[in-house]
Amino acid sequence: MATAASVPAHRGIIRRPTATTGWLSWFTTIDHKKIGILYGVSAFAFFLVGGAEALLIRAQLAKPDNTLLNADQYNQIFTMHGLTMIFLFVMPMSAAFFNYFIPLMIGARDVAFPRLNAFSYWLFLFGGLFLYSSWFLGGAPNGGWFGYPPNSTTDPSIGMTFYAIGLILTGIASSAGAINLAVTVINMRAPGMTFFRMPVFVWMGLVVQFLLAFSLPIVTVALFEMLFDRRWQTNFFEPAAGGKPLLWQNLFWLFAHPEVYILILPAFGIISEILPVFSRKPLFGYQFVVFSGIAIGFIGFGVWAHHMFAVGLGPVANTAFGITTAIIAVPTGIKIFNWMGTMYGGDLHFDTPMLMAVGAVSMFVIGGLSGVTHAVVPSDYQQTDTYYVVAHFHYVLFGGAVFGLFGGIYYWWPKVFARMLNEFWGKVQFWIMLIGFNLTFGPMHILGLGGMIRREYTYPASLGLTFWNQVATVGAFLIALSVLIFIVNAIVTQLRKPGLENEDPWDARTLEWTTSSPPPVYNFEEIPVVHALDEFWHRKYAEDKEGRLIRVPAGASDDAPDTHREHAIHLPSPSFWPLVAALGLPVIGYGVLYSWWLVGAGALLAIVGFMGWAMEPPVAD
Amino acid sequence: MRTKRWLAFGLLAVTLLLVSCSKDLPQNTMNPAGPTAQTEKNLLVLVLWPAALVFLIVEGGILLISIRYRHRKGRDRMPAQLHGHTRLEIGWTIAPAIVLAVIMVPTVSTIWQLARQPADAMQITVEGYQWWWGFSYTDPDMQTAYGDHGPIMTADVMVIPAGRTIDLSLTSLGGGAHSTNGIPDHQVIHSFWAPRLFGKQDVIPGDQTNHIVFSADEPGTYYGQCAEFCGLQHGRMKFRIVALDAAGWQHWVEAERQPAATPTEQLAKQGMDLFFGTNGEGGQCIQCHSIGGTDAAATAAPNLTHFASETHQCFAGCDFETTDEAALKAWLADPNAVKLGAKMPDYGLTPDQIDALVAYLYSLK
Repeated sequence: MATAASVPAHRGIIRRPTATTGWLSWFTTIDHKKIGILYGVSAFAFFLVGGAEALLIRAQLAKPDNTLLNADQYNQIFTMHGLTMIFLFVMPMSAAFFNYFIPLMIGARDVAFPRLNAFSYWLFLFGGLFLYSSWFLGGAPNGGWFGYPPNSTTDPSIGMTFYAIGLILTGIASSAGAINLAVTVINMRAPGMTFFRMPVFVWMGLVVQFLLAFSLPIVTVALFEMLFDRRWQTNFFEPAAGGKPLLWQNLFWLFAHPEVYILILPAFGIISEILPVFSRKPLFGYQFVVFSGIAIGFIGFGVWAHHMFAVGLGPVANTAFGITTAIIAVPTGIKIFNWMGTMYGGDLHFDTPMLMAVGAVSMFVIGGLSGVTHAVVPSDYQQTDTYYVVAHFHYVLFGGAVFGLFGGIYYWWPKVFARMLNEFWGKVQFWIMLIGFNLTFGPMHILGLGGMIRREYTYPASLGLTFWNQVATVGAFLIALSVLIFIVNAIVTQLRKPGLENEDPWDARTLEWTTSSPPPVYNFEEIPVVHALDEFWHRKYAEDKEGRLIRVPAGASDDAPDTHREHAIHLPSPSFWPLVAALGLPVIGYGVLYSWWLVGAGALLAIVGFMGWAMEPPVAD
Repeated sequence: MRTKRWLAFGLLAVTLLLVSCSKDLPQNTMNPAGPTAQTEKNLLVLVLWPAALVFLIVEGGILLISIRYRHRKGRDRMPAQLHGHTRLEIGWTIAPAIVLAVIMVPTVSTIWQLARQPADAMQITVEGYQWWWGFSYTDPDMQTAYGDHGPIMTADVMVIPAGRTIDLSLTSLGGGAHSTNGIPDHQVIHSFWAPRLFGKQDVIPGDQTNHIVFSADEPGTYYGQCAEFCGLQHGRMKFRIVALDAAGWQHWVEAERQPAATPTEQLAKQGMDLFFGTNGEGGQCIQCHSIGGTDAAATAAPNLTHFASETHQCFAGCDFETTDEAALKAWLADPNAVKLGAKMPDYGLTPDQIDALVAYLYSLK
């Protein structure tokens, strides 16, 4: 620190920005809360695009032999729908929550590496825009989000090259974010915030960061091999030249199965925060919920071949992976039962966050049960690659993750924006979404068992499945309506003046609610000292010997904030450099596609960015 | 408040039952027509019972708890602060584990049972192309009676004797030497699936050969299609399996062993000349197609030896009925117009030429 402090302030290439308000500040911000909002808004925008793609898919399948989309358009749209919802919506939306709330929930002022945080965000955004620019540059990826070679490596359109580079870019963003948040959780907890006093949301965040850190390198290897095969005619996956098509599948699913838990565990964390607050009871079996989450993380690396039961790995592999797949149902079940235990005997307030959380649990259970049928390998020979699987993972990822994320949005909106979302319209949204969701994805079980394969752009009337396809299409548009209601609700809410009647509207349990809404840039005037799990709750309530609650009189807590210390809080200044460095990488990506000159320019930009970043003084002069 | 959801669930359960009974869905996995699909269905049904039980316990539990413990206005109740219950935790860890262990016993034994390849099974090689299926009958008694006595070959429709155990060898072809017409055709992964007869196995290019062992209980026509995304026309890469009774099978084998019929009708003769380019006109067909007993011996496209036989119900990825003359003409006029990305080029055939070719193809009984 001494050397850093002795660096003259003018050593920066350009002056370090100081503004923390105004439009420019959004480009230079390194405040985890602003970055969280950026993540959330960007992810939601991608959600709308991915949703529009879903509507196109359902419109095309609304009747047999439909010609609304041709095969080429359909293949691009279903591929982009999957990529968007996974990499550009659920992952960054989870990152939004982690960014905003992990530091607040562990009593930290920011993440461990604030500028790296900004870099992660910008690179995610540029990676997403890079992928979408393919629509205008010769065609979007068209080989599915799973991108199986040799089909993906021999397809003549440029789309799958965009896929390989785009996912490498967002992968770098996620890796940097994972390291950052893991270090934050491990190193920046407030005094007394031991691991087993951390909110479950923080725990799930930590598990997700480790999953990302260990699984992304695997898929990055595969993506580079695909890029080489496509761009420079290497033969990693080309069977005619001795390559192995199944190499990709093993590498991809070794990433992509942990990825499923990367998508769902954040929602599990949110659910584990919401249920206790709205049941006015602590989380049932905290340790079991935490350890089952960790167990899911570990076992999640040992089940990848259940995506490959039909590829001919042989009975030994199919037996082994069938068993591991059944095993992973156990820790998942533990979570469900503990959530039920949390609600049991509680005083349940069915505000919108609670409705969303309970909806998520109920819908996830259905996805979990159909997941168990996949462990039954011979039965999976029939179900794999049919709409039954589409139904399964939408019950998990929409029913579980999206409902959970919406729960988080309603729950924390007052914290972030100091305004309450309209409760009535929130409930209307929930019920329409729940009905629409079940109408869309429930019939897909029937479609799959009835013999409808995935990824087919049209089907004949003779398949006899037109009716259930129509029901699913109606359901999809109901979901769209529910999202529209949310958007209107959010806009109307934001047009109101900020300010909450009650700074603690839900009678919450965790540290983020001890701050003002929105929290000041430094989060806590004084770093809190933590004495218990559910610290904030225990500052408000004590328990008598029978476990009954007694309200602690206001002001009795000795942690009342001292309001005169703001000037003493040291925070790093905003910075341009993460944005500059992040901008360099997609330029390299375009260069790989089009010209070595662009590669050079992008590399230069990135190097200038990283150098400026490294040479920059810690605070503005 | 939640009755709606329960109504939806009830409806779902009922319809699942309906699906399992419905006979008119040609690709219904719940209506198996052979022992392999039957075994796979039985296993699913076996799991559905405990799954339904768990479903009822959990969803019913959530519903009951939600009603019983919902907050009522004007009543400020402080619930007992229950932190956990170790014995309960152990219980709901072990109980599901036991259920799953029980499920895995028949699962594992069935995995091994389905992987067995009986020595006396009839051998058929399945070849996946973009986007159609070819079938070679490789047993010694299925050799053709002409040329170098190669195996009987069909495209789009696989004909089998009902009741006989079949062992399919799955290979993915196309690419390399096959792309004679300049349109790339690639060796990609496909998946072979006839839902009423057997679950799917992937068709992997390279040196890996997967197997499916199955039989059809009754004579009949069974529908199937490629189940692994394999490019542009993946959704229309279909096939049919026609199972014949003993007499029908005997008759079919005898007919298939014979070379293609030489047309006698004038128009069909013109079509044949066009097909082979005999008079300096046409001749593109033989670059890709083969017709048994003639000089046409290319293997990049479907074998047309018995194109118009009764069992060859469909063509071009089993997308069109063979008897549908209008569809056949549209296909010959511009394959890409009726199936985007089709590997067969538009040769700019005149209506007269198309009529002649159709007459020739229809003479190939």
